[in-house]
Amino acid sequence: MCGTCGCAAPPRRLITLQQGLLSRNDQQAAHNRRHFRSHGLMAVNLLSAPGSGKTALLEQLASRWPQRPLGVIVGDLATDNDAQRLLQAGARAVQIRTGDLCHLEADLVERAFAQLNCSGMNLLVIENVGNLVCPTAFDLGEQLRVVMLSVTEGEDKPLKYPALFKSADAVLISKADLAEAVGFQRQQALDNLQAVAPQARLFELSARSGHGLEPFSHWLQQHLPAGHGQHP
Amino acid sequence: MHELALMEEVRQLAEQELVRAGARQIHRMQLRIGSLSGVNPEALRLAFAVVMADDNPNGEPTTLDLEVVPTLCFCPHCQQTFAPADVIHACPRCGALSSQLLQGRELELVQLEVS
Repeated sequence: MCGTCGCAAPPRRLITLQQGLLSRNDQQAAHNRRHFRSHGLMAVNLLSAPGSGKTALLEQLASRWPQRPLGVIVGDLATDNDAQRLLQAGARAVQIRTGDLCHLEADLVERAFAQLNCSGMNLLVIENVGNLVCPTAFDLGEQLRVVMLSVTEGEDKPLKYPALFKSADAVLISKADLAEAVGFQRQQALDNLQAVAPQARLFELSARSGHGLEPFSHWLQQHLPAGHGQHP
Repeated sequence: MHELALMEEVRQLAEQELVRAGARQIHRMQLRIGSLSGVNPEALRLAFAVVMADDNPNGEPTTLDLEVVPTLCFCPHCQQTFAPADVIHACPRCGALSSQLLQGRELELVQLEVS
């Protein structure tokens, strides 16, 4: 009986939970983080809009990463084109085809990681699905989060998608070789990034010309777990 | 549109609690969503309507109580909290940019009303 009107409905009660909506993903991400660390790996979550040049950057990084193979888990809605490109560039790559999912989740990363031969590896880059909104809240177990913005996308991207840029450890401005051709307002972009994401390290680079890759690679090496640096 | 995937997760969490509580129906669901959580409240309401459409086919539909948590920052120079005026988290007293977020990233299932 409901106690109010005497009807047959059972009484209503409140259950207080205060539970994170992503608690399952967060637990899986924490597990991934421990797992990566136990393999001596640093994991980087690489995020950008589609077509900013994530794969092109990783192709270049694969051939420049000192003395170690580069591991990549790459997410796309369909095709394994990116994984094929990365394999040809010398990386160890596993493709996740997400179907209609617009972001990667920690359990997808765990399953892909199981297919990766990580012996001798010290860096794993998780190339997220091209999207500046949906992947923001999903921890994958990464140690560093790197967000990329190409000069063809406009200087105000950080103002339009603040949540993702505010979660970045580093922001890369890519396709710097095209800046002049597309009238990129460099100072405006730098000011916007500094205002929205003051915590992030900034790098300007071009995968095509190779300009700026060395400082970014060096920054990554500085974050490697102790004992897994440049010289194996 | 990750709100749909998120709401599926919410429904699973809520249904687990329903079984645990020995109840049969969810009447109301209360969520807390930070303004910097990357979730759009309107998209979440739409996702709620889609995901919960088949629940309670004979009873009254479940209602959604959505609390949007405003962003709150801490200024290390002034040792004060402040609510930023926009996406640039500049302290209104000294103008310094803050990267210390005290609230605004919440994504929580707070409470269920069941019977």
